[in-house]
Amino acid sequence: MSAHLLLILPLIIPFVAAVAALLFARWPTVQKGINIASMGGILAASLGLLSRITEQGIQVTTIGDWPVPFGIVFVVDHLSVVMLIVSAIIGVAVAVYAVPDVDDARVRFGFYPFFNLLMIGINGAFLTGDLFNLYVWFEVMLISSFVLIVLGNTDEQLAGAVKYVVINLVSSLLFLSGVGLVYGMTGTLNMAELSLALSEVGQPGLVTVVAMLFLISFGIKAALFPLFFWLPASYHTPPASVSAFFAGLLTKVGVYALFRVFTLLFTQDVGYTHTLLLWGAGLTMVTGVLGAAVQNDFRRVLSFHIVSQIGYMIMGLALYTPLAILGGVFYIVHHIIVKANLFLVSGVAKRLRGSFRLKSLQGLYAYHPWLATLFIIPAFSLAGFPPLSGFWAKLILTIAGIETGAYWIVAVAVAVGLFTMFSMTKIWVKAFLPGGGGEMADAVSSMGLGTRVMYVPIAGLAALTIMISVFAGPVYDLAERSADELYNSSEYVEAVLNHEESAADAGPRPGVDGRPGRVHAR
Amino acid sequence: METLLALVTGAMVAISVYLLLQRDLVRKIIGVVILSNGIHLLIFAVGRMTRAASPLIPSGEKYPPEVVANPLSQALILTAIVIGFGLLAFSLVLIYRLHESYQSADADVLIEATLGDE
Repeated sequence: MSAHLLLILPLIIPFVAAVAALLFARWPTVQKGINIASMGGILAASLGLLSRITEQGIQVTTIGDWPVPFGIVFVVDHLSVVMLIVSAIIGVAVAVYAVPDVDDARVRFGFYPFFNLLMIGINGAFLTGDLFNLYVWFEVMLISSFVLIVLGNTDEQLAGAVKYVVINLVSSLLFLSGVGLVYGMTGTLNMAELSLALSEVGQPGLVTVVAMLFLISFGIKAALFPLFFWLPASYHTPPASVSAFFAGLLTKVGVYALFRVFTLLFTQDVGYTHTLLLWGAGLTMVTGVLGAAVQNDFRRVLSFHIVSQIGYMIMGLALYTPLAILGGVFYIVHHIIVKANLFLVSGVAKRLRGSFRLKSLQGLYAYHPWLATLFIIPAFSLAGFPPLSGFWAKLILTIAGIETGAYWIVAVAVAVGLFTMFSMTKIWVKAFLPGGGGEMADAVSSMGLGTRVMYVPIAGLAALTIMISVFAGPVYDLAERSADELYNSSEYVEAVLNHEESAADAGPRPGVDGRPGRVHAR
Repeated sequence: METLLALVTGAMVAISVYLLLQRDLVRKIIGVVILSNGIHLLIFAVGRMTRAASPLIPSGEKYPPEVVANPLSQALILTAIVIGFGLLAFSLVLIYRLHESYQSADADVLIEATLGDE
């Protein structure tokens, strides 16, 4: 299969699936099948891309065959492919989980088409090599997530959604103004070309200002301190399948964008921008974990922990050494799998006991020991209990922190790990162990077939967590390759700018007057 | 001309920040609309404004024969307008539904209603 086709398959598959799901709007069963097949297809395509880039290095394709600095390029490096694979895994898991979880009313109003559209937006953001195009993919992702978060139309969902919608609209507009200003300074939107052009802009102060616009915009999307308030206010409202998918992936697309932008574009004033990121990371960790400590709702506790964990990933980026970035990438992979899984567990708990409140859940362990076991694995991994995957991720970050001499952030990271342990223990004690009350007996619910189906993706993701824990090597190697490419961005830049089609028409071109000044020299 | 546009953009952003800080959700959305239009003007201005020919390339040529106006910033704005319109339509319906449920479009009422669940 040609590399060009392989690169756009992660977009074409969900697009076709979304259209097909619309055609079968009245047959929910068919839609469910289409959705699982679509997510499986994306996973297969992503794995194909992985084998392609391990053999041949970074892959580039131009959309519509426009030569490189003009047209939109899609670029796949190791970070992109790792993100594609992990999101496809979550896609498959949630697709299976949604079969019993999402009711027919939601399916009739387009759950599956929008699920696939959301996947298009996410994959597009991972694939694109053009800044404005990244904005467009963010919007695709945003509008689909808006629909998914209100689908079902309960009052609680609407109230949660309005916060999510307004703050994300503002965030996107900040992003758009950043894109506009970057274009004004350099005359290009191709990220590889920008990487060279931004360092040639005469006024480094202006570049840093624009970098701050991007930091705030992506910071909102990634739920970075102090811009995270929308997340715990909205993520606990939709059905478990939706919130698991959001919790696993959406904020991480923001983190991905931060990783991309602050390694490829804005590295002129690392002392300023990355120090700010480091402070943001530390405060994000602390506020997230403290917020979780006072919550008494299963999914609200988990929502605050998303915030807290984002801090670790940004810490990897902010320390800005190859090892630290490696740790950040490893953390993203580990976190997406574990966090989505915890939300899936909470959905099963809700189904068994009819509530997300920790108090009304108590005693789950006695009746559903397997669910308890499946909760323990991701929960301990999240807290960084050796030898689970979270431990390796935190260990790499800690070593990287000590190497760079940023001892305070290491201390914060370790302390937050302890508090995470406390939170997970709290859920364990309150929801799983028997309480003093006598209302236990009436709550023994029988497990229907639907609930059994929901166990499948949970067990699968738990098994994957254990795999990453025991055989951390392959993931470590992938993260190492990603970190190398991010840290030495010249590899990415060369792969894009020396793309074969661009060479044909690379002669000097007369200045289009609107194009601000720069003629690209090669 | 760019200076004028910069001032207009600044004024629009200032108005939109004022509106975004209001409690009333409808005003917030109007703030978002004004902000997005302000940013469209910003993109228009950074694309350099010239009184020049339309960016058309005669057939058989590779480049336009004379100085032309920048088409890219117009294309960017057009895309952004379409996206913004879709999001605006969604937000308006969302607020309408909220008003039906809570009999209010005041952010404080919503916050209290959601806190009530705990």
